This record gives sequence, C-alpha cells and structure tokens, in this order.
Amino acid sequence: MAEVEKRQDRSPVPSAFEYAEAPESRDIVRLEDRYGLFVGGEWVEPRSGEYAPSAAPRDEEVLAEVAYAGPEDVDVAVRTARDAFENGWSDLAPGERAKYLYRIARILQERSREFAVLESLDGGKPIRESRDVDLPLSAAHFFYYAGWADKLEYAFPNRKPRPVGVTGQVIPWNFPLLMLSWKIAPALAAGNTVVLKPAETTPLTALLFCDVLRQAELPPGVVNIVTGDGRAGAELVKHSDVDKIAFTGSTEVGKEIMRATAGTGKKLTLELGGKAANIIFDDAPLDQAVEGIINGIYFNQGHVCCAGSRLFVQESVFEEVVAKLKRRMATLRVGDPLDKNTDVGAINSQAQLERIKELVAAGEEEGAEIYQPPCQLPEKGWWFPPTVFTNVAQSYRIAQEEIFGPVLSVLTFRTPDEAVEKANNTPYGLSAGVWTEKGSRILSMANRLRAGVIWANTYNRFDPTSPFGGYKESGFGREGGLHGLAPYMEFDE
Amino acid sequence: MSRLPVKKTYKLYLGGAFPRSESGRTYEVEGANVALGSRKDVRDAVRAARGAFPKWAGMTAYNRGQVLYRVAEMMEGRRAEFAELTGSDEEVDAAVDRWVWYAGWADKLAQVLGASNPVAGPYFNFTIPEPTGVVGVIAPEEPPLAGLVSRLAPVIVGGNAAVVIASERRPLAAVTLAEVLATSDVPGGVVNLVTGRKRELAPIVAGHMDVNALDLGGAEDDVEELERLAAENVKRVVRNGDGQSPWHAASFLELKTVWHPIGV
Repeated sequence: MAEVEKRQDRSPVPSAFEYAEAPESRDIVRLEDRYGLFVGGEWVEPRSGEYAPSAAPRDEEVLAEVAYAGPEDVDVAVRTARDAFENGWSDLAPGERAKYLYRIARILQERSREFAVLESLDGGKPIRESRDVDLPLSAAHFFYYAGWADKLEYAFPNRKPRPVGVTGQVIPWNFPLLMLSWKIAPALAAGNTVVLKPAETTPLTALLFCDVLRQAELPPGVVNIVTGDGRAGAELVKHSDVDKIAFTGSTEVGKEIMRATAGTGKKLTLELGGKAANIIFDDAPLDQAVEGIINGIYFNQGHVCCAGSRLFVQESVFEEVVAKLKRRMATLRVGDPLDKNTDVGAINSQAQLERIKELVAAGEEEGAEIYQPPCQLPEKGWWFPPTVFTNVAQSYRIAQEEIFGPVLSVLTFRTPDEAVEKANNTPYGLSAGVWTEKGSRILSMANRLRAGVIWANTYNRFDPTSPFGGYKESGFGREGGLHGLAPYMEFDE
Repeated sequence: MSRLPVKKTYKLYLGGAFPRSESGRTYEVEGANVALGSRKDVRDAVRAARGAFPKWAGMTAYNRGQVLYRVAEMMEGRRAEFAELTGSDEEVDAAVDRWVWYAGWADKLAQVLGASNPVAGPYFNFTIPEPTGVVGVIAPEEPPLAGLVSRLAPVIVGGNAAVVIASERRPLAAVTLAEVLATSDVPGGVVNLVTGRKRELAPIVAGHMDVNALDLGGAEDDVEELERLAAENVKRVVRNGDGQSPWHAASFLELKTVWHPIGV
C-alpha cells in the first residue's frame, strides 16, 4: 500500500471530470480470418506454411492470423519486384507514376476512418491520434511525393537521377501505416519497386493498404507486402537482388543491418532510436511548455523514436514546472484506444510492456523518485500509466536508454552551456525540444544541439515536406521533403 | 664543389604539429624514412580532430572558404616541389584548382543543400546542413596528391575535421600537403595525417567510436571489414565519388530541420 501511495500522490491534483464513454464503432473494419502474403498483386499462401496471430493490445483479442514469410517467400517477392521494375514500372511516363500516387492518397483519404479504427485496434494507439495524425499524414505523404514523380530533374539539377531498382523496406510498429507511407511514397515517386515488411505486431493496416493498391490499379508487383517477424526482415536485408534498404527501428538492429550489408554496395538509410532532450528555460511560457512536455512523451504512449524522454528544466522553475506537469498528467485519460476521449492508449505488445517495466524498476532501484497519476487501468490488455521520474542522474539507465514508453525523466540545468552539454551527452541524436521566449537563444540552442530535428516552442510536429532523421547513432538519411527523395535515386554524374 | 642537399624528415601531422610516430617506427618508401603510424597515433589524431572540430565548424562559411583558398595559394607557391613528388604537372594543377573550386562552395552549400519547407500549419520550418564531426579518410594510393585533395577538400569545406590515412606507397606528397595546410590558416587539428600501413591503420579509424564518418575512397580489398567496423557507432560510410561535386561534400553533412510556431 505504501508503494501505491508513493506512486499515486493525489494531493496536488484536481479531480478529473467524469466522461461518458465515446467509443468509435469498429463495424467499419472488416477483417479476414487469415491473411497471406501480397505478392505480384495477389494474395498468396506463404511457402513457409507459417501463420501467427495479430492481437489487439487493448484486450488481447486475436484480430486475424497473418502469414510469416520464410526465405523462399522473400525471394519470390524480391523477384516479383524486380520483374515489375524491369517490365513496365521503370519505363512508365513519370506523370503516370504520379497519378497512381495521387490515387493512393485520395483513396486513403476516402477510407481514412476505416484505417484509423484498424490502426487503433491493431496497435493500441488512441483513435484521436490515428484519426487526426496517422491518417492525414499518411495521405499527405503520398500526395506530396506524387508531385515529385515527374519533377525529379528539378529536385536534382545537374545530376541525372534514375531509380535505384528494388527497395527492401522494414518498418516498426509505432506508426504502422504512417511509416509505410514514409517508405513507399518516395520509393514509388522515384520509380522504384518495393518489398515491404511490416512489424510483426502491427501488420493489419499494411494488409488493408493492399486493397488500396487494388483500387488504385497499381500494376502488380510494384508493391509487395511480406508479413513476418525479424527473420523475414533479415532475409530481405541480405537478399542479393535488393538494391536499397530502408529501415526504421532500433539502433541495435540498425547496426546489424549495417554489418549484414557491409561490402555489398547496397544503398542504406536508417532511422533508429532516440533519447531526446526537451529543454525548458525559465523564461518559457510554462503552460505551453507543459503541453509540449506532455505531447512530447505521452503522445502514442511514448512509442515514438523522437519522444522527448529527457526533460531538462532550468533550476529556477523546476518546482513550478514539475507541479504543473503532475497536475496535467492527472487529467490524461488512459484507456480504450477506440474511445474518442482517450489520451493514452494501450502498450503495443506484452514484450514492450515488459521492457518498460524493467526500465522503470531500474529507475526506482537506482534512486529516482517516481510519480504516476491515479488512473484505473483496464484488466485485460497491456497497459502502463503515464510516469515521471524526478531526482534522476545522467548516469541512470532511465536517462540513457530508450524506454519507448510513457516514461519521462526530469533533470535540471543552470546555464545554456550546461543544457547543451547534457542534452548532447548521448549516442543518439534524433530530435530535441527548446522552450524559451528569447529568439536569439532559440537559434543558438538550435545550432548547438546535435540532432536532426529541433522543435522550438513546439514538439512532435511532422509534415511530408519536412525532412526527418538523425545524427550519430540515431541513423542516417532523411525521410520527408526534398531530402527524402535522394536515398531512392542513383545519379549518373 | 657541389652542395650536399638538406633532406627532409617526413613525419606525421597531428594537432597542427609534426611529431614522429609514438611507436618510433619508420618505413622506407620513395627514398625516405616515413613515419610508420600506430594505433596510438590514430587515436591521438582523432582526439586532435575532435578538439579542433567546434572551432572549425563554428567559423563563418566565408572564413572557411578563404582558408581553403589560402591552401590553393600556398600550394601554388610550391608547385615545383609537388611536381617532383608526383611526377606530373597536370596533377599538381588539378589539385590546386580543386581547392579553389571547393573554397567557393563553403558559403554556398547551405543554399544548395538546405531548404525552406512549406509545412501544412502555422510553423516556420527550415533545413540546414551541418558538419557531421570527425571524418576518417582512407586516401587513395594513386594519384598521390590529387587523389588525397579530391577526398579531403569536400570533407573539410563543410566544417568537418579529418583524420587521413595517407597513401602507403606514395606518402611524400601527402606529408608535403600537410606542411601546406600548416601554413594556410587551417587551424591545427582540422586535418591530421597518419602515414604507415593501411591494413593496420584503416581498421582502427573505421572502428573508432569518436569518428562520425568514413571515406573509403582508398580502401582496397578490405571494404567489407571496414564497413562492418563502421557499424559499431553507425558511421556514415562513403564509398565512391571521385569527381568534384557538392554532393560529395554533402555526404559528410547532417541535415538539421528546425520548427517554430508562427503566431502573435
């Protein structure tokens, strides 16, 4: 009981409003019992003969069985993509290629509610986010890159761009459809064909996307979806007829991919882990900053590679910020991802939940002070309450390792120099946040933080026109914007 | 009576100084005893490069451009010496001209490689290139001067610091280039040069945890091993691109995107 009291400090917290349930209907989604692989425009049985269930994080309901591709399946998919590349797709007039992408964007918009519901079912994220973030951005990504398809010579003056060929893409489970869009849209715009492997816990929106491809009448074999686990990803990465690998996931796997492709000449882009600093100066608008902190770490249950998981607060406002933060945390509604009032949904998988619990236990063990607002977690499914640690030392595991969950570590600083030094003291370099009203300080901090995306007086903003990607061990190459095209092109210079 | 010439000792170039290898080793090549660099020398070179990086990266692009141009001026004055070392006037001319070409890029890279991004919301959003940090350069064996300059200039023009493993069979032009750099206002440590056995030295650079990127222009049969070592800290690896090109320089630049809300 003492444990619960320590964690659930109710005193500074206003009582939460009662909300009526507002569940989004799931009738709009019609799932098959079982899905094969999508190769050459058709559903095929996996030669591996393997299937595995994909479960809903909110209640562990098995939503469908999904094929697990073996080496032979990956090989067939790659050969199909090669065939499609050489017999039609690479010769297609770029303007026609663009029109296929525009079609996909439009169909995603038309069917966005269906996709949003399925994304929340299969992945556990709140419907508010899948509806307002994942789906609009996915459609926008296809719309943006559609326009580039017949304008590549303007994107790369003097470089004679041509497609790379067959691209192998491996995506994570935190933004399943959005990551698919980040990968497929620029690949197709550049004239490549695709073999994409979705994450094993969130394959369903990628499989529903195959129906979008059917409606768009995309030529068979241009996009192939092979579901499976890490073994299928590894097969795809090492396949000798794949010209380019694009991977989003952990730094550990990213390094394995670098080793596996060493000496092969394959093009490679990696979007890996992060441990972003979100820095609050004492002159920042604190209420806005607190919203930014909340959005930075509790957005998508903290399953975000660019999550603002290390909060640096200037000492003079530390107590005020932490008090405001705790009050705000207490108003977060944790629960059914399909409920439109939900702010924080379910943890994506049992394995991820265990990882979060392990690191949180390590934080307590090492001496950090934990706070979790009172919230009732559903009994079934995988859940973790919004959590904040204070009294954290730089050396603690919770300040060093990527937790990929709704867990924030708060540290302090006195001077801008100290903030920069601490923020950069990590092998990662994906993103960072800065909150201050002083313009020159924003620009100075933006200059000195070693990270690929800097959010100043905002956090976790994304846009298809805006390049995204990391410094250091957060990976290399950019996705989004003009810069997201280059990794999918070869140049005859 | 003929005068006995004063012969030069060919040493390493680390942190702006010309020390011998800490190992005390040399090897005989091109008629000279050249320092046979060691693991410790490479590590010292990386430390010097890391130390020099913030100042070089923080200089204005205009200033860096002038420093690179100054390198060309200094080389021009030693054309005869370089011609003797390389055996080719054309090579020397090409090397000098390449410095001039890249000098002009210093304050244009951000305009060609950067962007202003029209995001769908009330945000000001722009992307700028920044140097990645310390770059390991495995210099090509041939041509001894133009080969090195073609790999080195695009690395440092954007603000990176370099650790160069010189041509093993033709190191004298490289050491002489280091003397030019030392008298060209290139801050000490921005370029560090280690001579010796490439098979021994290249893996040390490739696996070093404080090196951010690796140019394998001069790697031969060990590309796979070097790339595998580079994975340890996710180095940016550059395999080709011999021609002069801003895109080659771009391989050693990170892209940083900054967002800020627009409002009153």
